[in-house]
Amino acid sequence: MNAITSYAHIKHNTVTVNGTVVFKSASSVSIHEFLLESYKFLAMNYPKFHKMDVQCKLAIIATEFALRETALLTENDLAKIAIVFSNHASSLDTDKAYQNSISDKSNYFPSPAIFVYTLPNITIGELAIRHKITGENAFFVCEKFDPALLINYCESLYLNGIDAVIAGWVEAETNNDEAFIFLSESQRNTNKNAIFKPLNQTTLTELYNLT
Amino acid sequence: MDALIEKLKGQIIEQLNLAEVKPEEINPDSPLFGEGLGLDSIDALELIVLLEKHYGIKIQDPKDGKTIFQSLRTMAEYIKSQGKS
Repeated sequence: MNAITSYAHIKHNTVTVNGTVVFKSASSVSIHEFLLESYKFLAMNYPKFHKMDVQCKLAIIATEFALRETALLTENDLAKIAIVFSNHASSLDTDKAYQNSISDKSNYFPSPAIFVYTLPNITIGELAIRHKITGENAFFVCEKFDPALLINYCESLYLNGIDAVIAGWVEAETNNDEAFIFLSESQRNTNKNAIFKPLNQTTLTELYNLT
Repeated sequence: MDALIEKLKGQIIEQLNLAEVKPEEINPDSPLFGEGLGLDSIDALELIVLLEKHYGIKIQDPKDGKTIFQSLRTMAEYIKSQGKS
């Protein structure tokens, strides 16, 4: 049975993993500071993180928290792990940052480092690079978090040879930053902290609304 | 030259978001790419922007980048040679 084995939800400077709050920063803290504090909390050693835009950092941090509870990366072939993300604003946050950097003709220095993040699927690329995942991937831009879309796509991936999926909603939007990442696997995960919730629309909706 | 190298260290750390790198950890003679600071191709483009933004230097031939950005010292020497330090 395909199951959800772990999930992490970042919202309002709070990280909830499998229903439990595991990390929190003051609400007055900016998203940049919150993500840096999360990075330090996780004791990550990944300098590339500091170059990423907020959307990529949200995805990396949320996935990192979710992965700590499973053996997904070690018990699955990295070529058979898919990544499926979605959001509402595509890469608008970074698009605007880039636009601002080139709006003054007398101070015109387009930043290649910002420009590379002006596509939403870069979020997937950064995560794939981080964990050496080479399976299929897709990024959907939709009105709101859509459990049916994600479940249907996951099921389709499983029918086509994928063994595990990292999926969810990653949105970088001023004062409304959010990442909801769930891990799904076709085989029983041996990590004792892994949860085993059925991969269906009802369950996914419940988990998303729980936090 | 040493003052320029120190200044460049700060500018590179800021421009390339090398948040975990301290200026004293950068060896002026270590390669900037591959080993050493381990910069990538996007960082190379950012270094070109840095030269233009802070020193008014435009690299006309991209092939020159390989020599100019070999290390912090070669970068400083190039800036000096352009009379822009």
